[in-house]
Amino acid sequence: MTARYSRRAALQLGGLSAAALTAAACGVQGAAKQQPAAQAESAADKFWKAQKKTGTVTFANWALYIDPNHQTLKDFTAKTGIKVTYNEVIQDDSSFFAKIHPQLASGQSTGYDIMVITDGLEFSELLALGEVIPLDQSMLTNFHKYAGTPYQHRSFDPGNVYSVPWASGSTGIAWNPKYVKTPPTSVSDLWNPAYAGHVGMMSDPQEIANFGLFKIGVDPESSTQKDWEAAATVLKQQRGAGIVRQYYDQSYINALSKGDVWITMAWSGDIFQQNLSAGTNLQFIVPKEGGTIWTDNMMIPKYAANPVAAMQLIDWYYQPQMAAMLTEAINYITPVPGVQDIIKSDAASAKGSDKATLEAVASSPLVWLSAADYARLKNYVPITSKNQSTFYGIFQPVVAG
Amino acid sequence: MKRWRAAAVPYLLILPGGLWLVIFFAIPVIVLISLSTQQGNVVDGFTQTFHFANYASAWDNYHDQFIRSLLYGGIATILCIAGGYPVAYWIAFRGGARKSTYLFLLLLPFFVSFVLRTVSWQYFLSDNGILLSPLKSAGILPQNFRILATGTAVVGGLTYNYLPFMVLPIYVALERIDPRLVEAAQDLYATRAAAFRRVVLPLSLPGLFAGVLLTFVPVAADYVNAAILGGTGNTMIGNIIQDEFLNVQDYPTGAALSFMLMAILLIGMFSYARALGTEEVLEVAAR
Amino acid sequence: MTVDIDSERARDSAPAAPSAVAGGRRRPRRRWGDRLLFAWTWLIIIWLALPIAVMIVFSFNNPHGRFNFTWVGFTLKWYGPHLLDYPSLTTAMENSLLVAFAATVGSVVLGTLVGLALGKYRFRGLGSANLVQFAAISAPDIVLASSLLAFFVTLRVPLGLPTIIVAHIMFCLSFVAVTVRARVLTLDRSLEEAARDLGAGPWATFRLVTLPLIFPGVLAGALLAFAISIDDFVVTSFVSGSTQTFPLWIWSATRNGLPPQVDVLGTLIFVAGLVIAATSALLGRRGTR
Repeated sequence: MTARYSRRAALQLGGLSAAALTAAACGVQGAAKQQPAAQAESAADKFWKAQKKTGTVTFANWALYIDPNHQTLKDFTAKTGIKVTYNEVIQDDSSFFAKIHPQLASGQSTGYDIMVITDGLEFSELLALGEVIPLDQSMLTNFHKYAGTPYQHRSFDPGNVYSVPWASGSTGIAWNPKYVKTPPTSVSDLWNPAYAGHVGMMSDPQEIANFGLFKIGVDPESSTQKDWEAAATVLKQQRGAGIVRQYYDQSYINALSKGDVWITMAWSGDIFQQNLSAGTNLQFIVPKEGGTIWTDNMMIPKYAANPVAAMQLIDWYYQPQMAAMLTEAINYITPVPGVQDIIKSDAASAKGSDKATLEAVASSPLVWLSAADYARLKNYVPITSKNQSTFYGIFQPVVAG
Repeated sequence: MKRWRAAAVPYLLILPGGLWLVIFFAIPVIVLISLSTQQGNVVDGFTQTFHFANYASAWDNYHDQFIRSLLYGGIATILCIAGGYPVAYWIAFRGGARKSTYLFLLLLPFFVSFVLRTVSWQYFLSDNGILLSPLKSAGILPQNFRILATGTAVVGGLTYNYLPFMVLPIYVALERIDPRLVEAAQDLYATRAAAFRRVVLPLSLPGLFAGVLLTFVPVAADYVNAAILGGTGNTMIGNIIQDEFLNVQDYPTGAALSFMLMAILLIGMFSYARALGTEEVLEVAAR
Repeated sequence: MTVDIDSERARDSAPAAPSAVAGGRRRPRRRWGDRLLFAWTWLIIIWLALPIAVMIVFSFNNPHGRFNFTWVGFTLKWYGPHLLDYPSLTTAMENSLLVAFAATVGSVVLGTLVGLALGKYRFRGLGSANLVQFAAISAPDIVLASSLLAFFVTLRVPLGLPTIIVAHIMFCLSFVAVTVRARVLTLDRSLEEAARDLGAGPWATFRLVTLPLIFPGVLAGALLAFAISIDDFVVTSFVSGSTQTFPLWIWSATRNGLPPQVDVLGTLIFVAGLVIAATSALLGRRGTR
């Protein structure tokens, strides 16, 4: 009983579709208008007054920070009785934002109470869209007491209204000494044809733009559109010559460990973590032209089910003891000064391989930056809503095409 | 009265399922087309401006990936035919009582998630993995040699994942051929090669075409293989669409690319259906 | 098997003049050609099964942390309580099973009705209906996925388990429909007519005669829907929001390293599928009597 479709059937379907098409002129809504600051503040106060304490909290974070059953989380549960669910679901800001934005825009909870977002485009988009809850400043006692001054006054979130730092880190070059015999020192080493097919670059346009700009000797913080185009040319050259194997999000660490990639852009603490957990022997440096410094920040997404518990957990990490345990685990820059001394004394009282690890952390130049290091490390290119599409139009085709 | 009811029965039966397909298949496609001419960004929202230039700019930026997808699709399909036709032939004509066992073995891999299978290939073909490491230590291959992050790996992965989709339709068509026809040809002094060429092959063509359809369309639209096994020069149009929707959130460009892909493949699909009818494909899907 | 017009055509196209190479040399060439085909078939089967072997082997590996890449040592520990070490993986697996179950039920109900209609009746619009089924089956995943996401985002529908289940029912429906249709096409009309002659109403006829007869087709459709749903990746990744299913978990885990638990779960699902398929084959053989 087969009926080959007739022209009539096709036309019928086509006609119906055309009719529906003209009817479907609806678009996708954008952000709701933001309230002026004073109104927003009292709205936040009202919000926090209405919240109650709860017994669980869900924490969305990047992989290669702490483990889901890290001591800091266990201590938190022991002290407050709040159960923590720790999900390592973030691999880069843009894909995570693309996942949560449609949900938040439709009024649905993401299921997360705390999320960790880097200071970049997605951070400002979340603010512009009103998709994060302003923090309850009255619960940030440890933060105000112990956090270092630069971390209490960050330009991308003045007054710490929406976020506090989780950790800061640097983007540099990591390599596998098994395959790369001469330790790299410069950004140009990523362009070395000897490593063709085994070089990794990051897929985040903000990260890769900085390295392109370093290559042509321009400071990202004061770069212009002409500089961007020149950087993109140099990056496309690198790609066209077959030097880049792939553009990675955090998965560069996997490729590097397996030996598929020999040298790659990398985040400082990831290498430390991977060596510890997988027994690899990877190395990391900040190139002499410069590296990128970024801050990952804890934020509370809209419609979070447990905002009070979230605030408790956020402030928990600003106790010096907890901050020290965190830094010992992740080997990233801490917003709490005085942690270095705690780690040094921990190292003194430890034994065996633990002692060596802690001593390494206590003296790591990647965690305790000198003034010279700070001078070399640059932030991302400052993007505003005006130049955003230009910037992305220049750098997205480099990684996506 | 009864005749009315009797006539209404098929429509009533189709109604729930048909409605579901209309709401969640037909209408979303229309929304997709509508989205492709919109402009805007995530923060400000997207509005319908009938901006057909979206298609032009999408093509400008990504025509390489389109052509590459069709190319990979073609090569993988040809490889599937080359690899799969002999298998289908053997099972149909020489399988005997064990035909279903062989088919079962062929479909065995589908019990494991294809993402997991493709990732297993990534581990297996890794630069210093199980396959290449001993060859490199023995000096047979240079240190620099790699299979992953090349077009070969991607096409290999595509062929691997879609081979059974080619074998099944060909098998179905071959199984229907009366073996006495081949005998008759040979009685008339045809060589085995001639018997195949002039009897079996023409009769299997509908199955072959069904297999081409069931292979080429999903292969050209695939992105998992390119993402897991490929490198910078191997991205397919599926990767771009996925990136636009799930990363960059440039919905109009993603929608334009998606529609263009669908249109290109649709033209092929429907000319096929027009020429050969939908029967073969529906029958194979029922297996 | 019937010999139809095509055989006439075949006979006409055979060479008229006798070929001297035929006859005597036939036997040796057959064995050589056959052996080649046999070897090739097995080569393909082994090639298809290779990654599964890798997966099973690595489920017994004892690596450091999540970096399950080099062989460290044999262990059975991942098959025990350690299987649940990753709560998000366990949740993802549960979600996969839940979605597959719901999608199977939904698509079987809707799809069986459609299959019945397509197979039993002739009506206006049958051609269009067949065409829509054909389109739904052959449409590429990514087009289905992106159009569904566009649809949900425009309507501001929250993404999660409900949207996943809805999407799965959508694409499984057509597969169930064509499976049932194939079965319905082979039905003997006289059985239903006999039932009606004996006074059974339409619903009773359906319940007592038609349904049992098409049941193998419905079952096959259900198994197909379940398998397709549990393995689906592309459509699910677009409409799932923050919810994870097993294939999605694997995908995101490839970024951070696949722990052995994934290989174990894959192996367990594989063995379970094997058992189900073998059982249904055995039952099928008994049922045809």
